[in-house]
Amino acid sequence: MSFQEVAAILIVLSPGLAAAVAALGQRVLGDKGAMTITTGIVVSAAALAAYQFFNHAFGAASEPTTLILSRWFNVDTFIADWAIRIDALSITMMFVVTSVSALVHIYSIGYMAEDPHRARFFAYLSLFTFAMLMLVTADNFIQLFFGWEGVGLASYLLIGFWYKKPSANDAAIKAFVVNRVGDFGFALGIMALVFMIQPAAGVNYGQFGITEFSSIKFDTVFAIIANNAPVQVIGQAAATPIQEVTFDFLGVHVWGLEMAGILLFIGAMGKSAQFFLHTWLPDAMEGPTPVSALIHAATMVTAGVFLVCRASPLYAVTEVASNVVTVVGAVTCLFAATVGLAQNDIKRVVAYSTCSQLGYMFFAAGLGAYGAAMFHLFTHAFFKALLFLGAGSVIHGMHHEQDMRYMGGVRQPMTLTWAMMLIGTLALIGFGIPGTEIGFAGFFSKDAVIESAFASDSAFGPFAFWCGIAAALLTSFYSWRLMFMTFEGKYRPNPHAHHDDHGHADDHAHAAPKDGRAPAHESPWVMLAPLVLLATGAVFAGVLFKPQFLTSNADNFWQGAIVRDADPLYGPHGVHAYGVASETHAPAAEAHAEPADAHAEPAAAGEHAGEHHELPAWVVWAPFTVTLTGFLGAVIFYLLAPGVPRRMAANGGPMHAFLSHKWYFDEIYRFVFVKGAAALGDLFWKVGDKKIIDGLGPDGVTSTAKAGASGLSKLHTGYIFHYALVILVSAVIFVAFVLAGQGR
Amino acid sequence: MAGAELGLGHYMAVSAALFTIGVFGIFVNRKNIIVILMSIELILLSVNINLVAFSVFNGTIMGQVFAMLVLTVAAAEAAVGLAILVVYFRNRGEIAVEDVNVLRG
Repeated sequence: MSFQEVAAILIVLSPGLAAAVAALGQRVLGDKGAMTITTGIVVSAAALAAYQFFNHAFGAASEPTTLILSRWFNVDTFIADWAIRIDALSITMMFVVTSVSALVHIYSIGYMAEDPHRARFFAYLSLFTFAMLMLVTADNFIQLFFGWEGVGLASYLLIGFWYKKPSANDAAIKAFVVNRVGDFGFALGIMALVFMIQPAAGVNYGQFGITEFSSIKFDTVFAIIANNAPVQVIGQAAATPIQEVTFDFLGVHVWGLEMAGILLFIGAMGKSAQFFLHTWLPDAMEGPTPVSALIHAATMVTAGVFLVCRASPLYAVTEVASNVVTVVGAVTCLFAATVGLAQNDIKRVVAYSTCSQLGYMFFAAGLGAYGAAMFHLFTHAFFKALLFLGAGSVIHGMHHEQDMRYMGGVRQPMTLTWAMMLIGTLALIGFGIPGTEIGFAGFFSKDAVIESAFASDSAFGPFAFWCGIAAALLTSFYSWRLMFMTFEGKYRPNPHAHHDDHGHADDHAHAAPKDGRAPAHESPWVMLAPLVLLATGAVFAGVLFKPQFLTSNADNFWQGAIVRDADPLYGPHGVHAYGVASETHAPAAEAHAEPADAHAEPAAAGEHAGEHHELPAWVVWAPFTVTLTGFLGAVIFYLLAPGVPRRMAANGGPMHAFLSHKWYFDEIYRFVFVKGAAALGDLFWKVGDKKIIDGLGPDGVTSTAKAGASGLSKLHTGYIFHYALVILVSAVIFVAFVLAGQGR
Repeated sequence: MAGAELGLGHYMAVSAALFTIGVFGIFVNRKNIIVILMSIELILLSVNINLVAFSVFNGTIMGQVFAMLVLTVAAAEAAVGLAILVVYFRNRGEIAVEDVNVLRG
């Protein structure tokens, strides 16, 4: 076994071991021991993963391999292994997951220092890391589903970590239930694949590179899709090429692959909090802040994007499913940004920004720019974890005040946190100088996403482009709003101070400010060090890895882990063509990627009719311009005239109400689904169960028996003469009968 | 005075009267258990009268022998019953029939 394989096994399995040890042995180990073990193991795993990732990106990029640990399912063509798939996708995800997880573990030592249940917290964190690694290293849909549910469980446990808070319990249940909706779609998608991908008689699947035919293994599924191989759909008479398969679903005749793609994407929508299934993410902020940084910003919520990229051979040939991905992503990206404008909770602003950034990733993936989607996922993990941990540091320093209306003036007491948050904000808004390679991480990835949307020939490309531009404007505005409201101006104490006390007994927390400075204290170094490391990533992740993910080295980096042929910007037929079309995916490429000339047509429609291989300058400068506009808007509203937005909020116009109520999604869902489900449940419970089943069944039987028994027991008087009388009377009757019988 | 001769019917009438008094003694008595014991003696005696009367009228000794046996058993029964009563009194401090209803359901 090579070093790489041993390292991969250690990376994936050791956090699971750490979780088990910390959870089962917390009595013996104590808080310190559990913290040391989990943090130590996850940091070691992160070191190994970082070595692998950098080795892959800058050293010898390795061929994709799959490491089989043991067989799990083996039923006909339903064959799945516990496996570790090592390719560019999983190596990237392993690096992101373990590194952010390691930093969050370290950060939590400081952040959770006063919590009585630290051992449990760290066990959950490690459990999450393990499940996420199982998810990203799966080589089949079933192990992916295992990890998918595992991270869902860990997310539930961690959102509800402060289980004494009813709001945390509600949020945990909401996250779990909303995710169930998505997971139902995901499960149906897997079933659709199993339903379709059955071996047809007389076809030699070996010619497509399939050694073992399995309906759920990535290798089989993607090879069949890419080669348009014939398959025998269950219950259909003849074998059909996979891309032409149709079947009936809910009474509608549908294209098989399109349906599978849409169903899988519904799963991704749930996990990645996309439009309609996004409602759980803001509420998930009830959990501890390190959890928000790890699970609800950097890793778990990106699992949906990962799934779409992993299934890129599928989405590359499904036009309708890809368009659904694009539209949902674009709508989410704009929608979440608008809601972010009107939120006052510092964590909720960052949560909506996460939702919005996930929208960017999805529409990039929907338009075929899987590389840009993964690149944005990669950079986003750093700067969003940085923003969350920075927000956590502010919350920690402000004695658990989360409302930005009651902050202000935090910059002087928390200079380092401010500086780190500034870097995170600059990375989030994608600050950089267009046309050069100077900028923060978000500049490279977000501009690649937006430009891909412009360059795409998809019908929904322009829609996604304008949504992305508008969202960039709003992102800049609400990010600077967050910065200015939190750090600048004068401290605005909370008039009805309701600090929920986690042991902060220091009196200066509530001392009246004298010089407009917030009564905050800088966080300890164990919390600041992860911020600094993440800030390094937020600055350099873009410039360092753009060649790997997108441009010059991309072919060597991805090694076919994602389909790059249809990439509108950096694909082989794209505007900035990098790499060559691979043989395997040639049919897919022909179906969706026009030759470069036709491709650049939307770009050329304007003033640059002659240049086919260049984006118009205004497209390149558009994100920069709107970002600057957003910044200036925030400066005017929150630095120069801070009274204006406050008056607007106080006047409560319909627009503000609409945004601050998050487009009334929670209200609508409560009215339609929650109330409906509760009414239905009440009906079944009170009438169906209590009255009919219990009334006639167990309750009826017991009450009848009880009434009968108590009636009978009244005969049991305990007086001897009563018994004697009964005996006598009985004897008389008996004798009378006998005599009467004899007399006849 | 032929009609004044004592016949079998007279003995059986006495016996039936005694038996009925005994039975009623058990049922109607609400005072104490000793009366019940006495009532049982009465019932046994009525049976004895029957046995002896039938024995004499049938001219066989069997019934009289059996009456002796019943007397013996009755004596033993009275002894055991009284002994139980004494123990019962020690435990409960009274022997009123009204209160002897531990078996009540």
